[in-house]
Amino acid sequence: MARRENPEINAGSMADIAFLLLIFFLVTTTMDVDSGIPKKLAERTEVKPPIVKEKNIFQISINRNNQLFVENEGMELKDLKDAAIKFIDNGGGIGNPMPGKDAGAACNYCKGAKDPTSSDHPNKAIIAVESDRATEFGTYVAVQNELLKAYAELRNKLCQDKYGMSFTELDKAFKASARKDNALRKKVEDIKSSYPQIISDSEPTNVQ
Amino acid sequence: MSKFGKKKKEMPAVNTSSLPDIVFMLLFFFMVTTVMRESDLAIENPRLPSASEVKKLERKSLVSTIYVGKAKDAKYGVSYNRIQLNDKIATPDDVPSFILLERSNISELEVPFMTTSIKMDKESSVGTLADIREKLRDVNALKLSLSTHKASDIKK
Repeated sequence: MARRENPEINAGSMADIAFLLLIFFLVTTTMDVDSGIPKKLAERTEVKPPIVKEKNIFQISINRNNQLFVENEGMELKDLKDAAIKFIDNGGGIGNPMPGKDAGAACNYCKGAKDPTSSDHPNKAIIAVESDRATEFGTYVAVQNELLKAYAELRNKLCQDKYGMSFTELDKAFKASARKDNALRKKVEDIKSSYPQIISDSEPTNVQ
Repeated sequence: MSKFGKKKKEMPAVNTSSLPDIVFMLLFFFMVTTVMRESDLAIENPRLPSASEVKKLERKSLVSTIYVGKAKDAKYGVSYNRIQLNDKIATPDDVPSFILLERSNISELEVPFMTTSIKMDKESSVGTLADIREKLRDVNALKLSLSTHKASDIKK
C-alpha cells in the first residue's frame, strides 16, 4: 500500500509567517535617535570672569561617594529640584538688563520669597556644580537632570501664565514651524531669557 | 451545443507560492541594511544613565561621538575610564586631533553647529569627562551632549 504521490505541503500560510516576522522587525527596530543632556562649554578667554556675589551662587558639590551637598549641607537628590527652584525664583533684588533694555529691573514674574540673602534675579542666579574626579557619571547626570527639571518647571509656569500654554508645547510648535514663525520665536526667546539656564561646572577637585 | 450549457465553475487561484520568497527577501534586506552602529566598539557597550530633560541630536552628520567605558581588551585594565575615538582606545590627548579630523569632513560653514556626543558609562568618573571637556575647549568644540536614555517620570 505505498502511496503513489506525496501530497503537496500547503505553503499558503508561509507568507503570513514571513509577514509576521517582517512586521515584528519593522516595529522593534528602533533607529536609536541619539539624545542627551545638552551642554555648552565656556570659551577660553583671557578676560577674567566678573566677580559674582556669594548670594547669587547656588553651590552644589558631589563628593567621591556620590553624596550631594548643597551650600555645604547634605541633601537628598529628590529635594534638589525644589531647592533649585526656590533659589532661582527668589528675585530678591535687581537683575541684569534684559535684552533690549538699558537698566536692570527687579524680577516682576518671580514667585519666590524675595529673600534679600538669596539670588537677586533669575538672570543673575548661577548654579555651580562641583564634583570630585571620582564621582560617578550617573550621579553627575542625575544632578544635571534635576537642575534642568527645575528650569523646565519655572519656564513652563511662566509660559502658562503669559501665553496660556506650557513652554514644552510652545517650543514644539516653534520647531514644527521649522523655526521660521517669528511670533513664536519671540515668545520662546522671551521665556528663555526670563529664566536662562546658568549652570557652571567647576573643575573637579581631587581630594584624597 | 453543449458549449453553452457548461459554465466555468471557478477562477483558477493565483499562484501565491512565490510570495514567501518575496517577503523573505524584504525581510533579509531590512535585516542586513539596518546599521546598528557606525564603528565597532572596543569598549563594552556603555550603560548610559537615564534622564528626562533630554534633547535630540538632529543633524547626524554633524555629530562626532566619543565613547567612554570599560575596555573589552583586558590589557587596558578594568576601570570604566577608557576613551574610544573612532575604532580604537585613546587618551584625552588624542581628542583634539579627532575633532579636527571630523571637522575636515564637513564644510566650514557648518563647523559651529558641530556637536560632540559623549556616550559614557554610568560608572565612569567625572574626572574623565572633565579631561575631555578641557581638550574640547582647546579646539573650540563647545557644543556637547551627554548621551542618556530618555526616561519618563511616570516609571518612578
